[in-house]
Amino acid sequence: MFDDIDDLYQQVILDHNKSPRNFRVIEDADYVAKGHNPLCGDEVEVYLKMDGDRIEDLSFQGSGCAISKASASLMTTLVKGKSVEEAKQLFAEFREMATTGNIPDGGLGKLEALAGVYQFPARVKCAVLAWHAMAERLNGSEESISTES
Amino acid sequence: MEDTAVLSEIESGQERIDLIRKDFPILDQSVRGHTLAYLDNAATTQKPRVVIEAIKRYYEKDNSNVHRGIHELSNRATAAYENARVRAASFINAGSSKEIIFTRGTTEGINLVASSWGRKNLKSGDVILLSEMEHHSNMVPWQLLAEATGADICYIPVTGREGLLDLSGLDDLLSERVRILSLIHISNSLGTINPVTEICRKAKEKGIVTLVDAAQTVGHQPLDVQEIQCDFLAFSGHKMCGPTGIGVLYGREQLLEAMPPYQGGGEMISNVEYHQSRWNEIPHKFEAGTPNMAGAVGLYTAMDYLDKLGRDWIDEADRELADYAVNRLKELPELEILGPPTGRAGIVSFLIKNVHAHDIVTLTDRCGIALRGGHHCNQPLMRKLGVESTARASFSFYNTTQEIDRLVEALKEIQKFFNQ
Ligand SMILES: Cc1ncc(COP(=O)(O)O)c(C=O)c1O
Repeated sequence: MFDDIDDLYQQVILDHNKSPRNFRVIEDADYVAKGHNPLCGDEVEVYLKMDGDRIEDLSFQGSGCAISKASASLMTTLVKGKSVEEAKQLFAEFREMATTGNIPDGGLGKLEALAGVYQFPARVKCAVLAWHAMAERLNGSEESISTES
Repeated sequence: MEDTAVLSEIESGQERIDLIRKDFPILDQSVRGHTLAYLDNAATTQKPRVVIEAIKRYYEKDNSNVHRGIHELSNRATAAYENARVRAASFINAGSSKEIIFTRGTTEGINLVASSWGRKNLKSGDVILLSEMEHHSNMVPWQLLAEATGADICYIPVTGREGLLDLSGLDDLLSERVRILSLIHISNSLGTINPVTEICRKAKEKGIVTLVDAAQTVGHQPLDVQEIQCDFLAFSGHKMCGPTGIGVLYGREQLLEAMPPYQGGGEMISNVEYHQSRWNEIPHKFEAGTPNMAGAVGLYTAMDYLDKLGRDWIDEADRELADYAVNRLKELPELEILGPPTGRAGIVSFLIKNVHAHDIVTLTDRCGIALRGGHHCNQPLMRKLGVESTARASFSFYNTTQEIDRLVEALKEIQKFFNQ
């Protein structure tokens, strides 16, 4: 029945939805970033442990649809060990892909599983929620971010 | 109305539905390769051809501004607008058409009462009583009012996931401090039908002003404000086969007379000087600016349409669909239905274990089935019930059991898909 759904719910996404990675609290986190999607009430918390300019560890908690959960889970696996600048750059590329479908020249690895999201305008916010929260926090904002802002 | 499917000779329910569906042009389309099954009627209902035609006819023949011109078209537009008011009064059995204020919808009606009645009558320490299942539109205007006046807001609790009002403490809740009770009649997220007549009677005995949010009622059940004995009642045209941008606030004449205007502008004045003005009489006092004439015309036609079908029949049809849906949904393992086990309106909210409502709705959409997923403008209620969001199927008389069967089949596939 859902043969044509693969462009949104790829195997990678179903897998990360079912078994999200780094789905835990970091007790001694340096930052906790909060994201909220008022459209559906979903909330996510991203924990960041820094080592100077490097993101030594990160994790997330919260509730959400398969898209938001898988995206947050993938984010934690990909951003770990990156510098703040690299993380921001990755977010910029990911956001570009999620909103337009354009994949950067170097590719985005597993994140490309979310390339189809741009065809579902109502779901783009789900895909960028955790990323947006993380990026705002790395930019120094203390506020909980909302996808409506 | 010749072309509507109100043919009492037609005996078979199926034939009747088939004919009724022909009244709704929008239903005759395919979405993502499947015939559209529109099950999001609590958000907004579809419009029958007669309503669409009436609006078109108004713009093609009668359009002009109301209450201002002396020319023929202005007379016609004024008559059409005021006839809609008379029609709305009879539709909800108001005592007089003076008690019918046209608004943009339920939200504006509630805001009007909160602003106009509320700011005049409330003071610090007074209580606004609501229920825990209110739509945001019957919560936020009161929060604004509470902030402005220092009044407090109290809530009639909801029992739990069966979504009933817990009325055991009602007598205490209706304390001397309570000035107004504003209550949802039919819950848009749970399908609960609240006993507003009984509750309003108790409030009235204590001199408490009452407002009923009838947004989910008007398109589905007969409604009689004199039976409910509420002071105010608000609804939206778009949830009852009428157009968007028009709604009604019913207010008891005596209260409306004593209330200050809501907005200032043309139409609502009788005399304007540079430093002061005199207000027009009710209901015009509350309708500043050029009103939604075409909307009123469409609303008139929608009311006629619903009455020709028969609102008792509509009520029964909705409930039968809801019962059918509840019974079929029970076939699915790990699916939980929220709301009352019996006596629900045509609204069914549910949760599927390990599948988020957004994913359900995205996938049913792939099958041409329109559902809603989210918090349904009931965030505090959802938090209280311990859910983030639900998927919701909401019915109207033009829906069929076959559409529900399609929904159930789709949900079974979705479960399989996520458990693979
Ligand atoms: C119970 C209830 N009250 C109020 C509203 C608000 O109606 P509107 O958006 O038409 O003003 C709705 C509609 O979503 C509703 O379901």
